[in-house]
Amino acid sequence: MSTAHDTTTAGAAAEPTTRVGKAADYLDQRTSIGVAVKEFARKVFPDHWSFMLGEIALFSFVALLISGVFLTMFFEPSMALTEYHGEHPASAHGQTMSVAYASTLEMSFEVRGGLLMRQIHHWSALIFMAAIVVHMMRVFFTGAFRKPRELNWLVGFTLLILGMAAGFSGYSLPDDVLSGNGLRITDGVVKSIPVIGSYMSYMIFGGEFPGEHIIPRLFTVHILIVPALIVALIALHLFLMVLHKHTQFPGGGRTDKNVVGYPALPVYVAKMTGNFFIVFGVLALMGATMAINNVWNYGPYDPSPVSAGAQPDWYMLFLEGSLRLMPGQGTEWEIFGYTLSWNILVPAVIVPGILFTFLIVYPFVEARVTGDKREHHVLDRPRNVPVRTALGVAFLADFILLAAAGSNDLIATHFGMSINQITWVFRILFFVLPVVAFVVTKRICLGLQRKDRELVLHGNESGRVVRYANGEYVEVHTPLDDQERWLRVNYDSPAPLEVEPKMDARGVKRKGYGADKRWQRLSRFFYEDRVEPVTPAEFAAAHAHGDHEAIEAGGRQAMPAAVGTGRTDGTDSQEH
Amino acid sequence: MKALAARRHHRLAPVVLLLMALLVTGGVYAALAPTEAQAETVSTEDIETGKKLFQANCATCHGPNAEGTEGVPSLVGVGAAAVDFQVSTGRMPMQANGPQAMAKPPQFGPEQTAALAAYVSSLGPGPAIPTDEQVDAELGDAANGAALFRTNCAMCHNAIGAGGALSEGKFAPALFDTSERNIYQAMQTGPQSMPVFNDANITPDEKRDIIAFLVEQRDGSAGGASLGSLGPVSEGVWAWAVGLGLLIGAAVWIGAKSS
Amino acid sequence: MSDMNHPNDASTEVTAADGAGTEVARSDTFTDPGVPAHKPRLSDLDPKSAKRNERLVTFLFVVSCLGAVGTLVAYVAVPPEGTTESVRLSTLLLGVGMAVSLLGIGIAGIHWAKALMGDAEMVQDRHPIRSSDAVRADAVRDLDEGMQDSGVVGRRGLLKGAALSALALFPLTIAVPLIGSVGGDWNVSKFKHTMWKKGTRLALDPSGRPIKASDVNIGSAFHVIPETTEEYRETHEWITEKSKAVVLMVRVRPEELRSDQSPEGEQWSYDGIVAYSKICTHVGCPVALYEQQTHHLLCPCHQSTFDVADSAKVVFGPAKRPLPQLPITVDDEGYLVAQDDFAEPIGPSFWERLK
Repeated sequence: MSTAHDTTTAGAAAEPTTRVGKAADYLDQRTSIGVAVKEFARKVFPDHWSFMLGEIALFSFVALLISGVFLTMFFEPSMALTEYHGEHPASAHGQTMSVAYASTLEMSFEVRGGLLMRQIHHWSALIFMAAIVVHMMRVFFTGAFRKPRELNWLVGFTLLILGMAAGFSGYSLPDDVLSGNGLRITDGVVKSIPVIGSYMSYMIFGGEFPGEHIIPRLFTVHILIVPALIVALIALHLFLMVLHKHTQFPGGGRTDKNVVGYPALPVYVAKMTGNFFIVFGVLALMGATMAINNVWNYGPYDPSPVSAGAQPDWYMLFLEGSLRLMPGQGTEWEIFGYTLSWNILVPAVIVPGILFTFLIVYPFVEARVTGDKREHHVLDRPRNVPVRTALGVAFLADFILLAAAGSNDLIATHFGMSINQITWVFRILFFVLPVVAFVVTKRICLGLQRKDRELVLHGNESGRVVRYANGEYVEVHTPLDDQERWLRVNYDSPAPLEVEPKMDARGVKRKGYGADKRWQRLSRFFYEDRVEPVTPAEFAAAHAHGDHEAIEAGGRQAMPAAVGTGRTDGTDSQEH
Repeated sequence: MKALAARRHHRLAPVVLLLMALLVTGGVYAALAPTEAQAETVSTEDIETGKKLFQANCATCHGPNAEGTEGVPSLVGVGAAAVDFQVSTGRMPMQANGPQAMAKPPQFGPEQTAALAAYVSSLGPGPAIPTDEQVDAELGDAANGAALFRTNCAMCHNAIGAGGALSEGKFAPALFDTSERNIYQAMQTGPQSMPVFNDANITPDEKRDIIAFLVEQRDGSAGGASLGSLGPVSEGVWAWAVGLGLLIGAAVWIGAKSS
Repeated sequence: MSDMNHPNDASTEVTAADGAGTEVARSDTFTDPGVPAHKPRLSDLDPKSAKRNERLVTFLFVVSCLGAVGTLVAYVAVPPEGTTESVRLSTLLLGVGMAVSLLGIGIAGIHWAKALMGDAEMVQDRHPIRSSDAVRADAVRDLDEGMQDSGVVGRRGLLKGAALSALALFPLTIAVPLIGSVGGDWNVSKFKHTMWKKGTRLALDPSGRPIKASDVNIGSAFHVIPETTEEYRETHEWITEKSKAVVLMVRVRPEELRSDQSPEGEQWSYDGIVAYSKICTHVGCPVALYEQQTHHLLCPCHQSTFDVADSAKVVFGPAKRPLPQLPITVDDEGYLVAQDDFAEPIGPSFWERLK
């Protein structure tokens, strides 16, 4: 810490005198580190707990790297068959298994701290993915993906996919029955791909499933290719974050032209470092106390057995659920003697395809229907963009539903239900739930916006009742203070796009009119229903005749809000 | 029993054991001779007591002579093992109709259960109640048991016997608290949805190996709390609820202003 | 922000209609109240509190040190000794010590930052991400100059074409050998055959004992593999073959067997004993949950349900096709044997399955 201060001062002085100063001078003469220190030492970062979610993902990745290096020292990615002669567990004595599986047992039971590191590694992977998803939700619901951050959103999305690839390839390495069946399902899905499916399967397994190549191949994917890509993209992600400077929540003095928060040095450095140790500490605690992926329970891979509760790790569960829900009858076609398996392609390719496409295109679609080309650095409160929030909740609802469908056997046993009935209910909910979630969320957002208007115009109910000379009783409302009011009035409420007329001035049909019209329809879907923020004029009107009138206005207050929204309220777009 | 010894043993064991099993069961049922510990108590008196108990408690569904009725199986030839399993785990007498008979605290004490078993086994030959030696986990080979359990049992009962779902609301129960005798009997008699694993399919020695494996699982997990041993779903729930819960809690604390 | 269309006409109308407050309705946005004033903390005002916080932070760092030392002690004192209990204890002590040492640092650092470091918010300006027009112009000029220097401007089609061809071709030197070998022999017709052939005895999985028809009683479920030598069963080839060859065999009362898959005039079952491929026709999980009362076979992975008494037809779930049936009979010694390989490819569908 003191180094940084000294460096900046030492740069100016001709001849440094202190030891730290001398060291800094040495370094600066060779790296011009002074420039970087000056740039970053007191760089301001906004503070909010939800900005820590990405950090949790980052730090669990660091924990993954540390524990992963430990594990590579003892793991042997070989499918050569061997007989187990370790002391523990008794249920593995003398069994034939792959070297990969045997080395997993040995590192768990004979290497001191080996099992701890394995468990930390696996918990970190689950938390890494969970933190990515939660971080992504924060970014989505607050509109942090808007210009100039669309590309960084895509980088983040790619990291999500890479995280899944890392998790999946690692999950399969111990070569146990559970992950082996996971690989077998993957093989089944790959084979369903039209035309090239069988060859893709051969490419992955080096021949027929399971063959003797898959574990070494996955090992390379898991410890080299995917982590290298993740590290590179994290670097890019963070570089862009620093370049854009972090977004901030709305509030007094926070605009798109400034950044309000704490300096990197010392506050942010301390908080980030502290958070790293907390994340790693919690992961260590989980690894110490909670068993995860006890591969010796599942046994060495053998193509015959399978165990109840055969599921992938949670981030793949939505795919598992999707496969479970799809009915098989009538969905496998034969075309000129070739087999086309919609019962696999729809749930395993098209369903995740829709989800991922939504995530990829959303920032660009929203910018287009908003007609928005500005930079945004102040975040949205989710209620102020009702359709975005509702769309996010709708997709999330289906994601969670599919994950639940992937656990339907456990739901059945733990709640005493029939697996067949659960599946049917989920099949229907898959279509109904997102619609309901969308409508309900949108209504809640609009309701919260109206509540904000009411608060701004009339303040909080104080609970104090006053009697006027004319005998009238009224409750006194406490007006909001400046900060509270600013938070509730300082947002954009864009109107649907306007389209230039079909014919230009000379009566010639305009090119691109049809496309414009379609964008306008989508724009209406987004912005037809809206609640405008209170304007100073409305505010003044509500307060014009002092408290008494303001209170009376309480009875009429719905009016201005209704003017902003009433025309279109409830008529969900389209009509004009 | 050492692993290697067990492997060699199995080559010849089936035939020998099959013969033994046949001799034992045949002997018991043909002569009602008190050759085994359990069988000692079998007497005509017991059969009479058992018959009375049966007619008071079971005959409504299974018929006055245990010949079965519409949708209810006949008990002729199911053997003492089936009765002991069903009654001592409380599954029978059944309390209510449902997808399957549920285990509950048994309605009859050991003596009454033995009497019922004696009565039913007197109706026709069937598997006998296993001896203590047949179900002694100490004598079994957990490694062989693990391999057999994975192939024959784990798809329903989960990898280490934590239970699992079947179709239409039925389920395979968890085996953590099931007595060794009951585990053996279940394999022998195939209660409800469960298939029968006769001595040709899984020999008595192999059944004991499976018991040894299941008993080993009662030590819990070497990794700490077992989280129900249900696999990745329960791990995912714990990762979100405990792990991410704690970390978000910490983030809120980090982000909050100090007072 | 101002170019974001606020159609305030409506609300202005309301104001006007109200006939009041016209004097303040001159702007359509509120004024930003600015960053809230800094509120001092207790430790800013009370040196005692600051001292207390400092002691707390120090204490937490000491706790962290103790955690680290504890881990080292546990490492030496509590080794895993080949039992579940000792491994669990060792893992617990090493992990808790590690967690204490990490959380000690973490909590101390955060508390230090929150209670003792300055907490006044600072404001810095942002600048547009876009580079300025002057910079852009310079960049374009530099690019132009660079292109000029390269000499590829204008008509040098052959040079450009040759350069592009070379760049496009060189990856093939790596890709072709890779793709040629990565899929083994690329002979995907192997999907269509298993190691079952006429006369192969049905044996128990995993012990390898052959099965007599008389041993298969009603209501039982046998997990079956083709009979082979024990040596072969310790090879890789076996694992790959077993992946296709596993069979589930059950016996139902002959009168309950509604149909099997055998063509007219052939008998694929033997006295109520039927054998079906255990590999799901959905995505290839071993289908093995046999409910002997209903004769239903359930896949634990995606819950496809097959009726073994009726040709293993699908009664529920994502699978479309019935499980292929292994035609069986008995040999002279009474052992169950296969009549032939499966009549169709086992396992999940693939594009050229029927070709």
